Amino acid sequence: MSSYTAAATVAVLAAILADLIVLRTALVRSRVWWTAYAIIVVFQLITNGWLTGRGIVRYSDDAILGSGRIVFAGDGRLAYAPVEDLAFGFALVLLSCAAWVWIGARIRSTH
Amino acid sequence: MGAGWKHASYAAMLAFVLIGTLPLHRYYRLSVLRQPLRLFLAIVPVAMLFVAWDLVATAAGQWRFDPAQTLAVRLWGLPLEEYAFFVVIPLAGILTFEAVTVVWSRRRAP
Repeated sequence: MSSYTAAATVAVLAAILADLIVLRTALVRSRVWWTAYAIIVVFQLITNGWLTGRGIVRYSDDAILGSGRIVFAGDGRLAYAPVEDLAFGFALVLLSCAAWVWIGARIRSTH
Repeated sequence: MGAGWKHASYAAMLAFVLIGTLPLHRYYRLSVLRQPLRLFLAIVPVAMLFVAWDLVATAAGQWRFDPAQTLAVRLWGLPLEEYAFFVVIPLAGILTFEAVTVVWSRRRAP
């Protein structure tokens, strides 16, 4: 498996485990999270499409599922970005929101 | 587009994200920005993990950044915008999450 593909898969699993078991925020079981994510993913496709379609960020063909050609869709890409980026973004935003909720609960309980 | 503006291509995307999400704060009367410590503690540790991943992947040549479309300043091989990315995107995600929380709680109210 390509290196970015493997790392992105691990990141998604780690973020879900952190949400469910480590922080016990269980966002992935909530309607709020999936509604928010449905909105976020649309904007992720637009902004990532900008970064990758214009070649601001360029990927090595060894690291991703696709061949490294910049196409709008297909060859391991969606809206120009490697599909691995979707996993990267999911893990980043899930972990940040879970941390936000977890810290919020701690701060409230100390008051 | 002039050569000067081209260097702001990445920064422009971050500005677009902030312009799109910061108005949620006022519109839904959120309290996210009034909790700087909570924001800092939510964003910084996660950002450090992702920056570490980014540094390793960039050093390994998995991806690279176009010098013509980023600002000149680099820190450990990454453009400054890449560090800002790990603050701006989580902030946008938290604002969206909190706005959706408000919308769903209003719907549940009688």
